[in-house]
Amino acid sequence: MAKHETPMLDQLESGPWPSFVSDLKQEAANRAANPNNLEYQIPVDVVEDILGVLELSFKHGRTHWKHGGIVGVFGYGGGVIGRYCDQPEMFPGVAHFHTMRVNQPGAKFYKTDFLRNLCDLWDLRGSGITNMHGSTGDIIFLGTRTEQLEEIFYDLTHKYNQDLGGSGSNLRTPADCIGQARCEYACYDTQGLCYHLTQEYQDELHRPAFPYKFKFKFDGCPNCCVASIARADMSFIGTWRDNIGIDQEAVQAYIGGELNPNANDHGDRDWGAFDIQKEVIDLCPTECMWMEDGKLMIDDKECNRCMHCINVMPRALRIGQDRGLSILVGAKAPILDGAQMGSLLVPFVKAEDPYDEIKEVIENLWDWWMEEGKNRERLGELIKRQGFQKMLEVTGIKPMVQHVQEPRHNPYIFWKEDEVEGGFDRDINEFRKHHQR
Amino acid sequence: MALDYEESKTKIVEKLTKKAKTKSKFYFSDLAKILEAKPREAKKVVNKLVEEQVLELWSSGSTSMYGLKGIGKQASAEQED
Repeated sequence: MAKHETPMLDQLESGPWPSFVSDLKQEAANRAANPNNLEYQIPVDVVEDILGVLELSFKHGRTHWKHGGIVGVFGYGGGVIGRYCDQPEMFPGVAHFHTMRVNQPGAKFYKTDFLRNLCDLWDLRGSGITNMHGSTGDIIFLGTRTEQLEEIFYDLTHKYNQDLGGSGSNLRTPADCIGQARCEYACYDTQGLCYHLTQEYQDELHRPAFPYKFKFKFDGCPNCCVASIARADMSFIGTWRDNIGIDQEAVQAYIGGELNPNANDHGDRDWGAFDIQKEVIDLCPTECMWMEDGKLMIDDKECNRCMHCINVMPRALRIGQDRGLSILVGAKAPILDGAQMGSLLVPFVKAEDPYDEIKEVIENLWDWWMEEGKNRERLGELIKRQGFQKMLEVTGIKPMVQHVQEPRHNPYIFWKEDEVEGGFDRDINEFRKHHQR
Repeated sequence: MALDYEESKTKIVEKLTKKAKTKSKFYFSDLAKILEAKPREAKKVVNKLVEEQVLELWSSGSTSMYGLKGIGKQASAEQED
C-alpha cells in the first residue's frame, strides 16, 4: 500500500512510454524492502514523499518547492542546490531535498564499478534518485538532507576521486563528445581539451563571480553530438582546413551496393538501390559536389562542413588532415524563450596542448563579460547588446569574411573614424563643387 | 593594485549591514561595485569573506547571490540556523 494516493501520477504510467513514475515506485519499494540492509541516512520513505508532493503539485497546479537555498560544501560556491519543501509536515521525507551535481567523467566514459560506487553512496546518504545526465552533462543526485552534504562530498573526493560540478553563476561543468576515443570524425582531442580547461578553470567552476551561468561544450566534428552550437556560451567544434579525403573505389562500392550507406543505419527496411545523385550530391547545401567520368568530385572551398556526405559514405569520404577547431560564442537554450545559436568567432585554431591561443580568447571574453555583463545576462545577450564588433575588439580578433553570413546580410562591422583616412569630416564646399544638392 | 583585505571587509560589512533591512542578497557585481574594483580583484576578497563565513552564498541553482551570514529569512525558514 503506497503511503500517498497518487491517481494523477498513476495516469502518467498508462502511456506507451517508459514512465518516471514507475521508476520512482520501483525505487520506493526497493528502499522499503532494503535488500542490502543499509542504514539509510535520510528517511526511508523519501521516494514515497516525492511522489506525494508531486501529486499535490498537480492537484494545486503550483509548486511546493521553495526557491533555492544557502546550503553547500565548504570551499565551493556551486555543485549543491538547496531544495526545500513548503509542506514539510505532510512530506517529512522531502523537507530537505537538495540536489548535488557530480562532474561527469570526460565524454561520460565510465566503468560499471564507478557507477555502482556512486549509486551505493547515493542509496546510503541520499534518496537513490539520480538524473543521468543533466543537460550540462553532470551526473545529478536528486534529494538529500543538509547534514549529508559534507559526508557525500568527502566520499566523492577521497574515495572515488570525483569532483562536484558547477551550478549558479559559475562556469558549468564542461561537456564533451566521445571524440577520438571512439569516433573517426573527431578533428581534435575533445577529452584532452575538456579536461585541460576543467583543471585550468577550477576557480571559475567552483566559486561564482560571473553575471550568470557560462557553458563550455566540445564537439569533435560538425555533427555536433553534444549540440554545443545550440546551447554553449562557448562551443568548440572540430573542423579541418584542407580537403575531404576521397576513396574513389569505396565510392564505387557504395554506388554498386557492396557497401551500405549510413553504415547500414537504415538497413531494417528496403529503401531501394543507393542513388548517389539523389541521396548525396543533390542534398549538398552548397552544391559543391558532382560526378565526373565516374569519379566523385568536391569543390572543397565551397564546403560548409555539413557532414552529410561523410555521414552517408563514411568508408569513402574522410575528414581532412589539417585539423583543428572553430570557436562559436553566444548560444543559449533557456527553457522559456530567447534561444539563440552560436556565432562564429574563431574560424580555425589548432587544438594543441597547452591550448594557449584558446585560453587567451576565453579570458578576454570573460574579462569583458564580467565587467560589462548585467546581472543574469548571458554572453550571447551581451554580444547582442554591445555588438559583435565590440566583442572582436575585446578579443583582439580582426573582422574576417567568415564572420559575415553573406554580403549585406549581417553588416555589424563598421569603420571607425580613426580607421578611415581623413576621418569622417569633409570640406562641404569642396564636395559641393562636384556634387549638386 | 591588490585590495587590502581588512579595508575591503569593513566596506562590505558596513554597506551590507546598512541595507540589511531592505535587502539581504546581493549579486557579485554589487560587491565589486562596493569595492570599486575589477571583478577578478573583487573575487579574491569575496572568496575569502565566504571562507571566513562573513558572507554566505545563496543559489537558486541558476543564479548565485551573496549575503551577510545569518541575515535574511533563509536560514530560519530552512531550519539551518
